Amino acid sequence: MEVLIASSAEEICELLGQDNSRQLLAGGTDFMVEVNYRHRSPSSVIAIDRVPELRNWHHDGDSVVIGACVTYREIERGPLATLVPALAQAARTVGSPQIRNAGTIGGNIGTASPAGDMIPVLSALGAEVSLRSSEGKRAISLDDLIVGVKQTSLVQGEFIESVRVPVLESPQEFLKVGSRSAMVISVTSLALITYPKTQSVGIGLGAVNPRPTRAWQAEEFIKGFLNWESMQVDPSGLDRFKELVSEASRPIDDHRSIAAYRRHSIGVLAQRALTRIFSERSPSV
Amino acid sequence: MSRVTQDHLSVNGTKFTIDDSWLGESLLYTLRERLGLYGSKNACEQGECGSCSIMLDETLVCACLVLTGSAIGRDIKTIESLAPEGSLSVIQQAFVDAGAIQCGFCTPGLLVTIEDFLDDNAEPTELEIREAISGNLCRCTGYGRIVEAVRIASKASTDTEGTADDGN
Repeated sequence: MEVLIASSAEEICELLGQDNSRQLLAGGTDFMVEVNYRHRSPSSVIAIDRVPELRNWHHDGDSVVIGACVTYREIERGPLATLVPALAQAARTVGSPQIRNAGTIGGNIGTASPAGDMIPVLSALGAEVSLRSSEGKRAISLDDLIVGVKQTSLVQGEFIESVRVPVLESPQEFLKVGSRSAMVISVTSLALITYPKTQSVGIGLGAVNPRPTRAWQAEEFIKGFLNWESMQVDPSGLDRFKELVSEASRPIDDHRSIAAYRRHSIGVLAQRALTRIFSERSPSV
Repeated sequence: MSRVTQDHLSVNGTKFTIDDSWLGESLLYTLRERLGLYGSKNACEQGECGSCSIMLDETLVCACLVLTGSAIGRDIKTIESLAPEGSLSVIQQAFVDAGAIQCGFCTPGLLVTIEDFLDDNAEPTELEIREAISGNLCRCTGYGRIVEAVRIASKASTDTEGTADDGN
């Protein structure tokens, strides 16, 4: 195996330009499992985790731009955790300290696993992913980038440079169901983001659909039950809200859970997230 | 851009010449099977068990999830560097004192993890200790004595610092 260590984004473009079959390596937490189990043995690998542009993040007006090789560890604490709290909550649920020190947000997006813990948060935030190749740059929404189970619309020679998410300074939640609190791949997960300006919520569903999925109908439905002044929710809307979230899911049976449990639990997570932010009271007064 | 050919790995302060054919292996395999450093244990090969925990550029990671070729030019520290030959570090001594060992397979990974953790958080709560070791599986002890060992080590370290301060 040939291992090339890139030192700039420009170099990645050049190396992929020469041979677009080269495998990119970021944190290695998914890729190395495949190498260890002999499922994959690429002839050429480009290690991109030392590229400064990809390792950094910056606060840019109303949004934050996070480089593809920023680790879960960096997202789960410090200034990023204040700017994008739901992303930090999600990052903290990934694997173990060892995994979070290595795994990256770009890797989570590029791997495009339905159970990727960044995915529901990024989806609910309306994240925009910046892609680059020797041909130039383009931006694409996360929801359009991930097209199926472990499938993206990246073209040959293209790589993920960064992801842009809004800084909202309003409540957000991420919740996850798994067999333990740590070191577990999501059975279901859910992100709920509040948008006070439009008096709406964004709900991203995790591990229940092949692609990033928003619970659009539930988002629309619950609008009429929320009081943004008192931050209260009219509880009479909660049952239908839960149902609509469950209906937005298309889960499968697998070794981690069964579809029926996933469909049920995603609704429970939605209600729990909503009522952590909006207290349950009749908005009569 | 650096094309990796004949190169070196820096492990515990020593430079090892490595062969091209090792570049596509996991760092764990290279450490154990090529360099004879058997302290880092090989179990799951998927980052689940933490038995191969090492420090890579002062960051705690699983050696099984590091590609050897990508570790070139980095500072690698393994369990073998925790204390000089024939002596025990504070956390190693605490494991002995607490009886935090049964079969011993998970011990090297736990020691590296806890050493790193206590560097950042000298007086952790039990919850913080349990979160810190959540990536290290022990199938013998039930973790009670391991948590106790972390407390002993934490106390030993802060007591020593206290004494040093008093002396000033």
